[in-house]
This record gives sequence, C-alpha cells and structure tokens, in this order.
Amino acid sequence: MAGVQVANVSRSFGAHKALDDVSIDFADGGFYALLGPSGSGKTTLLRQIAGFDFPDSGRIAIGGESVERVPVEKRRIGMVFQNYALFPNMSVADNVAFGLSVRGEPKATIATEVQRALDLVQLGKLGGRRPHQLSGGQRQRVALARAIVTKPRVLLLDEPLGALDKALRVDMQIELKRIQREIGITTIFVTHDQEEALTMSDRIGILRDGRLVQEGPPEEIYDRPQSEFAATFLGDANILRGDATGSGIKLPDGTTIAASTGASVPAGAKASCAVRPERIRISTGATTSDPANANTLKGRVSKRIFAGNNSTYFVERDGQTLKVIVQNTGTERLAEGQPVVLTWSPDSTVLIAA
Amino acid sequence: MADQLAIGSRRGLKPALPLLLPAYLWLTVAIFLPLSAMFFFSFMTDLPLAGKEWSFTLGNYAAFFSQSLYSRLLLSSLRLGLEVTLWCVVIGYPAAYVLAKVLKGRSREAIFLLVILPFWSNGLVRIFSWAMVLREGGILDTALNAVLPFKINIDLMYSYPAVIIGLVHSYVPYMVLTCYLTLQAIDDSLIEAGRSLGASRRQVLWRVIIPLSMPGLVAGAALIFVPVVGSFMEPRILGGRTGTFYGTVIEDQFVAVFNWPLGAALSFILLAVVLIILALAAPVLRRTG
Repeated sequence: MAGVQVANVSRSFGAHKALDDVSIDFADGGFYALLGPSGSGKTTLLRQIAGFDFPDSGRIAIGGESVERVPVEKRRIGMVFQNYALFPNMSVADNVAFGLSVRGEPKATIATEVQRALDLVQLGKLGGRRPHQLSGGQRQRVALARAIVTKPRVLLLDEPLGALDKALRVDMQIELKRIQREIGITTIFVTHDQEEALTMSDRIGILRDGRLVQEGPPEEIYDRPQSEFAATFLGDANILRGDATGSGIKLPDGTTIAASTGASVPAGAKASCAVRPERIRISTGATTSDPANANTLKGRVSKRIFAGNNSTYFVERDGQTLKVIVQNTGTERLAEGQPVVLTWSPDSTVLIAA
Repeated sequence: MADQLAIGSRRGLKPALPLLLPAYLWLTVAIFLPLSAMFFFSFMTDLPLAGKEWSFTLGNYAAFFSQSLYSRLLLSSLRLGLEVTLWCVVIGYPAAYVLAKVLKGRSREAIFLLVILPFWSNGLVRIFSWAMVLREGGILDTALNAVLPFKINIDLMYSYPAVIIGLVHSYVPYMVLTCYLTLQAIDDSLIEAGRSLGASRRQVLWRVIIPLSMPGLVAGAALIFVPVVGSFMEPRILGGRTGTFYGTVIEDQFVAVFNWPLGAALSFILLAVVLIILALAAPVLRRTG
C-alpha cells in the first residue's frame, strides 16, 4: 500500500488543456473520489496516475517514488475499467490469474491467490465461467478481483458502477467499500455521480475544466463549498448574488443576507451566498420560533413536487426561483401560488467570493 | 428473450425466402450445375464432342495415384499455399494492427486505400508489372545497381521467389482486411487492462490480441490458402519453367492438352484434399480461438 502524490500536473491535447496545474495528496489507505462533469479532466488525471499517459509537466509519486515517466505495466497499480474490460477469450479464473501469470508466479500460488480473490468478491464458485455468462454485477466483481489479486499499491476505478442499474449500484457501493476496508488499499475513484462520491469516499476532489476546484472530506465540501460550482455540483444549492457587506451580502433589492460561514469577502465586492434547500424553513408567515438573526425572504410558491418522504417547493422571488425541501411531517401542505416566507439560519449560509 | 427469438426465427423463414432465393438460384446455376458437369466429366474416357466414343472410367482418378508426378506437384502446391499464407500473415497482420489500433482518421483512410488498391487493378496487369520489376535489367535490378557501389545481378524472374512475391502481392489484402475487422473489434481497454496488470506489450499481444484476432487470421488464411494451392496464372507468368504446379497442370489439361476428364479429376482431388485439410485444422483452430 502506498499514498499517491500528484503535484502541479498539467496535460494538454493540442490546444485543449485537459489538466491544468493539479495537485492532490491521496493519503495511504484512503478512499478518494474524483468528481466532475464530463470533460473536467477526472479520467485524464486517473490515466496519468495509472501511467497510460504521461503529464507534460508536474510530478506523480506512488509511495514516495516518482513515477511520472514510468509506464503503466511497471507501476504496480490495479485498475477497474468502466466497461470492466474482462478478457473474453479467458475464463473468470484465467482473467483473475492474468496479472500473476504474466509475472511468472508458480501455478500453485496462482491457484490459491485467484481462489482467495474470488472468495473475497463472493464469486468463489464461478471461476470456470466465461465473462459473457456473467451478469453485469458479477463482471464488476471479477474486474475488481483481477485488479486486486496482484496486491497493487493503488486501486484505480474509472466510473466502475456507471453501467449498473440503480439497485445493483447501491449494493456494489457497499460491497466495494467493504472490500476496500478489508484490504486497506489506497483507492482513487472517478465518478460523475455526486451521490456515489458522497456516500463512498473519505475525501472528494471536484474537478472542472482541468482544474481542481475544491478538495476535502464530503461533509466539508457540502457544508462549506468555496465556489458556486462546488456548491451546485455536489448537492443542490440556492445561490443568491449581491454585494458583500462584511458579514453577508446585500441583494439588489436591498435585503441583507447574513452568512456566518465561508470566505471573508471585503465589503463592496461582488459575492454570493449558498443555502442548501433542506436548511430553509418554509411557512405562511414569520413565526416566533425563528431566531432573531434568521435570514428571511418573501416569495410565492410556483410549484410543488411531492416525493413521498419529502416535498420540493419552488419559490419565486424577485425573478429568481429558490428550491426548498421539506420533510413530510403531514402538516405542511402549501398550495401553488401561495405567498410564503422563507427563513434560515446564518449558520446555514455560506459566503462565496465571486 | 429466448422465446421471442425462437418465434422470430420460426416466423422469419418464409418472409425471408424472396431475399434468399436470388442468391441460391445464382449459386445453383453458376456453381452447382457446372461443378456437377465437371464431376460427370471426371469419370469419362473422353469428351463427348464431335461424335467421339466415350465410356465411364475411374482411370482419371487412377492416373493421379499411379503417376507420382501429380502427387509431387500437389505437395509442392500445398507448400506454395502454406508459404504464401505465412508471408501474408507476416506482412498483413502488422499492417492490419497499425490500421486498426494506431492510425486514426484520414491517415487510416489513405493507408487503407493503398491496401485495397491491388483489388482494383487487373490481375494480369499486376503480374506483368512484377515481371518488369523482377527481371534482369528490370526496375529492381537497375534501381539497386544505381544505389549500391558494387555491381549485383538481380534476376528473380522465372524463379520460385518470383511466384511467391506475385502471389503474396495478390492475396495480402485479404489477410489485411479480415484481420483488420477482428482487430478493430477488440476494445482498446482490453489492451490497457492487460498492461495495468503488469503485462508487457509483447505479453499483451500474445495472450490477448492474437487469441482474440484468431477468427480473422483463420478466415484470411482460408481465403488465401485455397486459391493459391490451385493458382496457375502467377506460377506460369512469373515462374516460367520452374513454375509448374498442380494448378498449371490442371490448366494444361483444359487449354493445351484438351484432356478435360483428367483436368476435372485432378480438380476434384484438389478440392477433396483442401477440404480434408480445412476439416483437420478446424478443431485445432477453434481451440486456440
């Protein structure tokens, strides 16, 4: 096992900057998600760490050893591909054995290790099957067993759950996490699914246009996004834009919004505030239960979407639509068109420099 | 799913008949009938032309077994087929690999055009242009002597290598095309997966790419081996006196000696031998593929 350090890595394809001065420290034994929209450079970064492609500049180290010019077959990494990339001409056991067999390990060792890896992914009895005889979830497990049987220093996963249906995906998330904990391998996981990133990883790196936007534990990024992009890409957020006042912002219509977390922006500069939809209270009028310093906005319900355990309200105010998510307690049922008051705490308001 | 497919195919045959019929009619008229006639001829003592007497005989087939010349020629033709097929693999497979896995876009189209160009030119023209290149004082000889500081004589004309060169040139596109199709269907991520597991490029080639492209290699080999064993044009023009092969002997029976029954019998022996070889090779190839 080993940590991975990526320092100032840049990579261009023609005029397109796929990676622009990216630095991330992947801790030993951690589960790290690289999150971003398509074209953000997350897969390019993974391929640099794997060694399929070399950076134009910057340094990549695995376990303290510089590897940025070492080809993939010498890096001792394990990789799970988006389409699993199982060898169709080999049985499941031969697929898993491949990495050990090209190294020239003795046959008996290979057989034991392959069985152990297949047992770990709970496919102990399917070694004799061909990949095309397996379901998507089983192929996924074979790919994982094949990647870890060689005892790599790092496990790289390129959108491994993307091809599975929702229910299976949730199962595999739990399974993947269990196996990762069991063998304690440093894992880097590329995904565009924010929920997957939130539920599975110890740390998340958000990429956009080849740059690292923000990096940290899921809670930290969710609660204290440093940019509008991070706020809206990881989870839902209402963004209010205005001029910084020193302790919040003043909206164009004069309303002030207090924010007690986030960046410190000098008064007068452009800034915005992010509020999560589930942190906002929606009511027909201000009630005494709200603290005196609560932020308050008036609006009108334009739409309500009922989703069983919760409802999403879209509230129109001053040309902007705000989203509010309310747990279904059986009491709050606001009609479309109804004037409402939105209140939330300054603690739930994150100030973001424009 | 399986049920639906079964229903589909049961219902599918009758409406498909109008689509199949032209091809089968054509095959019947163009191949089956003449071939049957030839098969009939092969058991005759003489052609029933100009009121000649004829009767049934097995003598034409017996001739093959009584004269060692025919089986020797057949063996040398089989060797020729094997060698040409091998050279086509050696030359065609790497080219197909580069076309399928390395080149992209316009450069791929340009190289592809060069590969299939032999198809667009007349076979005879192709062979005679090789004759110009290979003979003494020809293009190859002159060019090499113009470059090299010492005098060498290149006269490949009327030799076994000339026959091989001509045949490989004619048939290598088949190998390139069949291998290109199978190689192109191999997902690049399989190659990457192999390398991520610590395999060198060479190991990935032998353990992943070649086994997966076996169907293309086999198809190409069959497409080349069969006609080369019976070939007569290239051996005759480029091989001259050394270019006597099984195919040229068959041709002689039809166009020079006018012993059609013997020519027909020799052809069917060739057909039988080729079919036996393919049948023997099939299980072996299926296992590797």
